[in-house]
Amino acid sequence: MKHKTFFWFILPSLAAMTLFIALPIVSVFIQSLFVGHEQVLVVSESCGPFGCSQTTSVDLEATEKLREEAPLGQFNGLGTYLNRSHLAFAEIGVAWAETDTWNDFWSVVGDLPFYRALAFTLTYTAVVTPLVILLGLAIAMGVNTLPKLLKGPSIFVSLLPFLVTPLVGSLILFWMVDSDGVIGATIQLIFNDPNLSLKASAALTWTMLIVYGVWHTLPFSFITFYAGLQTVPDDIIEAAKVDGASKWETTLHVVVPHLMPLVSFVTLMLLMDNFRVFEPIVSFSAEAHARSLSWIIYNDLRESGNPLYGSAGATSMLTIIGVVILLTPVLLRTWRDFNRKAH
Amino acid sequence: MYIRHLMMAGVMSTLMGSAAFAAGHAACGPEGQSVRILASDFPAIHAVAGTAEENCASGAAEFTRNHTTEARQIMNAALTPNPAEYTSVIVANSTLTQLMNDGLVRPLNDLVEKYGDNIPDNLKISIDGNVMAIAFMANSQHLFSRSDILAEAGVDSVPATYDEMIAAAQAIRGAGIMEYPIVMNMKTGWNVGESFNLAFLAHGGEFFKPGTAEPMVNSEAGVAALNTLKALVEYAHPDHLTQASNETQALWEAGEAALGIMWGSRGAAILDDEGSTEQVTSNTVLSAAPSVEPGGKPGATLWWDGFTISTNVSDAEAEATFAALASALTPEMVAANNDDAVWLLDGFQPGAAAAGVSATAQGGAAPYPMLPQIGLMHNALGAELTDFLQGNESAEKALQDVEAAYMTAAKEAGFLQ
Repeated sequence: MKHKTFFWFILPSLAAMTLFIALPIVSVFIQSLFVGHEQVLVVSESCGPFGCSQTTSVDLEATEKLREEAPLGQFNGLGTYLNRSHLAFAEIGVAWAETDTWNDFWSVVGDLPFYRALAFTLTYTAVVTPLVILLGLAIAMGVNTLPKLLKGPSIFVSLLPFLVTPLVGSLILFWMVDSDGVIGATIQLIFNDPNLSLKASAALTWTMLIVYGVWHTLPFSFITFYAGLQTVPDDIIEAAKVDGASKWETTLHVVVPHLMPLVSFVTLMLLMDNFRVFEPIVSFSAEAHARSLSWIIYNDLRESGNPLYGSAGATSMLTIIGVVILLTPVLLRTWRDFNRKAH
Repeated sequence: MYIRHLMMAGVMSTLMGSAAFAAGHAACGPEGQSVRILASDFPAIHAVAGTAEENCASGAAEFTRNHTTEARQIMNAALTPNPAEYTSVIVANSTLTQLMNDGLVRPLNDLVEKYGDNIPDNLKISIDGNVMAIAFMANSQHLFSRSDILAEAGVDSVPATYDEMIAAAQAIRGAGIMEYPIVMNMKTGWNVGESFNLAFLAHGGEFFKPGTAEPMVNSEAGVAALNTLKALVEYAHPDHLTQASNETQALWEAGEAALGIMWGSRGAAILDDEGSTEQVTSNTVLSAAPSVEPGGKPGATLWWDGFTISTNVSDAEAEATFAALASALTPEMVAANNDDAVWLLDGFQPGAAAAGVSATAQGGAAPYPMLPQIGLMHNALGAELTDFLQGNESAEKALQDVEAAYMTAAKEAGFLQ
C-alpha cells in the first residue's frame, strides 16, 4: 500500500484513538500532578436541634479566590505518586531501615494500601489467567467432539456465565455462599463446622473471588478456542493419524500449535481484564480481605465530599504502567512470531 | 443542662408552641416556578417531600422529586452548574457540610423570616448566624434487645453499658441459646468507621485538635474504643465485616440476634408486623445506646435530616421551594406519618419505635461532627480498622494507619499543608 493511501486509510481510526484513548490518558496524567487547594478554615458557632458548639468550616470566599487563581489546583509534581497511598518510597525506606527480617519488612509493605492492592491484583491475574486458558481449551475440545445434536445446547450453556452482568453474578454467588445460603450451608455440613464462613477468612475470600473470576471469564476463552478449532485443517489431522500419532499427541503437537496465535490473543485480553478486577470485590463485600488497584481508584472517587482526583489519577497511571509491564512479554512474543513468518 | 433541655424539646416535642400554620395555597410562595427536590429514599423523607408536593404542586410550573439512595453521591455534581439541577436537597449533618464546603447551598435567613413562622429556632441549623438548613427529624444508633432471651439467660435488666452488654452476650452464649447474640453494622467502609465513631465518642474522644484539621484519633480514647468494639464483635457473627443495616435488620427479624446496635430509623421497620414473628417483635425493646460508665455519654451519633436550598437557582425558585417544603412541616403531616420517624416537629407522639432515639438523645449523645474534613477521616477509619478487628495488628498500629491515611488524603484535599 502506498504511504499516502495508508495514511488516509488509517486516519479515522487514528483520530478516534487520539480523541478517545490518548487525550483522556494525558488529561488523567496532568490531573495526577495536582492536588486540591488549601482549604481556608474558620472557626464558627454552629447550632442545631442538639445544641450549639464551636466548629470549623471552610471560608468560601478565601478558598474560591485560590481556586480562581489556579483552576487545576496546586502543582504537586510526582508527589502524589510517591505518597503513602501510592508508591510510598519514604515509608518503605523507613521499614527497610527498621525491620530485621524479610518477614517483618514484607508485613510493613503489605500494610501499605497500594502494595496490598497490588498483591491481590497480581495474585488474581496470575491464577485466573492460566486457569481460564487451560480450562477454556479443554472445554472447547470437549464440546468439539460432541455429536452435532448436543453441540448447540452445550455451547449455549457454556456461554451463560458470560451473559450475567458481573455485578449481578457475583451478588448471586455472594448470597449463595452466605452461611444461610445453599453453598455456604453445604460446606458447613461437609466440614461439620457450623462456624465456617467463606466471608470471614482472607484465604477463603481470595479463593472465592478467584473461583468467581474463572467462572465468569471462562466462556470468553472457550468460545474463542472453539472458533479456532473449526479452522484446524482436516488433512493435517489425518496425516498425523496416518503417522501413528495418538489422540493426545495430535492435540499437543498439531492442534495447540495451530491455536497459538489465539492463545496469545486470549492471554492479552485476560491479562488486561483480570488486572482491572473490581466488581466482585464490591459485590462480595470483600474489601476487608481483598482490595484491587481499581477498587482503590473507586474508593478515592467515592468519597464524594472530597473526591481525590489526583490520587485516583495517579493510581490509574500506575495501573496502566502495570498492564504495559504485564503485556510486554506476550507482545514481544507475538512480534517475534510475526517477523519469523514474514521472512 | 441547656443543651439537654433543647434536645428534650426537639425529640419529645414538648416545648414547641408553634404558631398555627395557615395551610393552603397562599403559603406556597411565588407561582409558576419550578421546584426540583433531590432526597434520600425512605418513608419519612417521602412524607415531607410528598406533602410539599400536595400543598404546592398546583401553583408550580414544575414539581419533581428524585428519591435515591445515591443522593449523597450525586448532589455536589448536580448543584454545581448554574442553574442547578435541583432547587433543594434534603440532607443530614454530614451531607450538609459536603454541600457547604463547595458553597452550593444558600443562607435561608430571609426565607425563614417570610415563610418560617412554624419553624422553631432549634430546628434552624445555623452556622455563624446563617441558617443553612431546616431540620425536621432525628436519628441515632441505639440498643435493641430481646427481653425474652435476656430473661432466659438470667439477665434481669436491659444492658446500659458496654460491659453489661458484653456480660449479657456472654450469659446468652453460656446458656447455649445463641452463639452470636450481638449484631452491629460493621461492614468494611462507612459502617465500620461509624461503629468506631460511636464507641470513640462514648469514650470521650475528639477527632481533631480543636480549630484545626490535625487528627487526634490515635489516643487513649481511640484505643479504648477499638478494644470495646473488639470485645463486642467476639459475640457477633464471623461475617460481621460484610454486614450493614439491611443484613443486621434481617438477622434481627429472623430471631438470630438478641442484642443489637442499629439505627433508630430501623426501629419502626423491625417492630411492624412485616418480615418477622410475633415472638421477635413483641419482645424487642428499644433503649439508649450503651455508655462506658453507668450514666455516661451514650455511644451514638445524633443525626438530623433537614432541607436546604441551592445557591445556583433563581431567587424566585428558591422562595417557591422553601415555601413548599416549609408548608409540609405541620402537625397534620406528622400525625399522618407519626411512626415513620422521630419527628422534631410539633404534634409528634413518640411511640415504641422512637423510644431508643429519645433515650439516646436525652442521655447526652454527641451529634455527628459537622466538620468539613470529617468525610476524609471517616473514609480512613473505614478502610484501615478492619486489620485490627481481624486480629492482624494492634489497636495503636491500626490508629496510626488511620492517621497516616487521613493525612495523605487531607493533604491532597488541601485541609493540611
